[in-house]
Amino acid sequence: MTMTRKFGLGCALLGAIGFATAADAAEQITFVSQGGAYQQAQTVAILDPTAKKLGITINQDSIPDAWPAIKTQVGSGKPIWDVVDTPTGNCLRGGEQGLIEKLDFSKIPNGAAMPEAYRSPYSVSYEFYSSVLSYSQKTFPKDAPNSWADFWDVKKFPGRRALRNHPFATLEAALMADGVAPDKLYPLDVDRAFKKLEEIKPHITVWWTSGAQSAQLLNDGEVDMEMAWNGRVSAVAKEGAKVSFTYNQGILQSTSLCILKGAPNLATAVKFLNEAVDPVHQANLPLHIDYGPGNPKAFETNVIKPERAAQLPSEPANAAKQALMSYAWWSSPAGEAAEKRWASFMQK
Amino acid sequence: MLVLVSPALLVILALIVLPVGWLAWQSIYHDGFTLENYRRVFTEDIYWRSFALTFEISLAVTVIALLLGYPVAYLANSVPKGWSILILSLVVLPFWTSVLVRAYAWLALLQRTGVINQFLRYLDVISEPLALVHNTFGTVVATVHILLPFMVLPLYATMQKIPGDLMQAGASLGASPSLTFLRVFLPLSLPGVLAGCTMVFVLCLGFYITPELLGGGRTVMVSMLVSRNVELYNQFGAASAVAVVLLLSVLAIFFIVSRFISLDRVLGQK
Repeated sequence: MTMTRKFGLGCALLGAIGFATAADAAEQITFVSQGGAYQQAQTVAILDPTAKKLGITINQDSIPDAWPAIKTQVGSGKPIWDVVDTPTGNCLRGGEQGLIEKLDFSKIPNGAAMPEAYRSPYSVSYEFYSSVLSYSQKTFPKDAPNSWADFWDVKKFPGRRALRNHPFATLEAALMADGVAPDKLYPLDVDRAFKKLEEIKPHITVWWTSGAQSAQLLNDGEVDMEMAWNGRVSAVAKEGAKVSFTYNQGILQSTSLCILKGAPNLATAVKFLNEAVDPVHQANLPLHIDYGPGNPKAFETNVIKPERAAQLPSEPANAAKQALMSYAWWSSPAGEAAEKRWASFMQK
Repeated sequence: MLVLVSPALLVILALIVLPVGWLAWQSIYHDGFTLENYRRVFTEDIYWRSFALTFEISLAVTVIALLLGYPVAYLANSVPKGWSILILSLVVLPFWTSVLVRAYAWLALLQRTGVINQFLRYLDVISEPLALVHNTFGTVVATVHILLPFMVLPLYATMQKIPGDLMQAGASLGASPSLTFLRVFLPLSLPGVLAGCTMVFVLCLGFYITPELLGGGRTVMVSMLVSRNVELYNQFGAASAVAVVLLLSVLAIFFIVSRFISLDRVLGQK
């Protein structure tokens, strides 16, 4: 009895050791994104094909806001994550604060081939979304608002409005409403933007805080027009609500891939990062979710059909109508000051 | 006795005293001793505005909860046992639903295309939908709903201990029912009123979900400042300074209340 039990335990232990060695032999990394439908889409489009091609194991984790975890993990000296998909600003800020590895682009040819605006010394763009002007087609069956100047024009376009309770993209929209060209926004004229925002403030019904909330406002007809993320609007439209949006003067935003300083599997992480922005993998992403590829070369692969491409925020013709958010400006001292000023603007 | 309570004391020490202490320490120490976080809280006027708004909302919620809760507790106290159990179950029942779900339910009721506005428009009482939510009003309504049990239960517990024959004595001396209520019952129920009001007021000071979901972005209560400061300053100290000031306000309130009634009456039922 005791013998068999010991024997069984020994077998189990041996098995466990054998299994552990087998897993160790294959290279592995831990990749972190934001979870939900978005991470599932990536798994099918990018992560599984990458793991197969490189012969590595990709362990996944997800977190809505990676920034505090990046800080504590690197701060502890023993990070457990390798590669993070996070809003580009986090990569830049983390790079400046020594929390993110500087990238050697000679080892990342796919990244090196991307336009400079799409990468930084610490990160490469991974996917694009856009803060767009969306509206109810019930309220505006024709002559819908088509620019931020229209959004600000409460006489010509009466109706209830919502904006995001955050300065990102909102200050850019205010400046475009005031006549600044989408490609001449940075450095932002913060005073001018807040002055323009004061103008529209009395007409804003809701300052939304989450993407789900913005979708609910549009879906329930609680507002007639709002700034929202393109994926949220198209999801609401797919559900049958009569809503639409324009890419005109949208603010193109991205998440990027970056590697934690002192990542446990640094070499594999670099290999992974290069493969993850490969144009073909990238082109697969929009087949599964309404986000645009981070690598513009994805549009030259013929994987994305032209009619699908036309719906995506980073498709070249759509991108040309929009402003590309400068994360470098937002993580600069002026950008951080503007972010703090937002709080007092809201509470006045 | 000490041996018996020591596990509980250890749990309190580990789960409350240590984290709160750590939080307070963060607010004054970041690469050296600093009062910067407190300077900000006491000099920038957005903090004052948030604290003032939070106290106003808490006061409104407390008064409304008292006006709504007192009759319920009174009724539960004066009907036969079976009925009072039913009434109290109805009071406690919403506890089993998440606060988040209840907040969203209020959104569905109060918004422009919500049940109430649709109904009023159907009746032709209003021509334009009323702004019932995405403001302080909607926040107060939902918060009252969520905190009401904390008012009713202490009131009921206090009323239970008021001897019924006192009322009969009042009546036998010729006082009308309303006079007996005003002169005998109401004064005897006051400790319950104070207990319920303290509970509701203090809990409301830290509310987060209802102002966040129903406040339309303008109703910035102190708890929201805490979360916003973590995002803005990327260190816990900036947020914990706000939390410490709020905690001290709560302790001050308990201290003042304790001058009037014993604290076990507020926290337990004696």
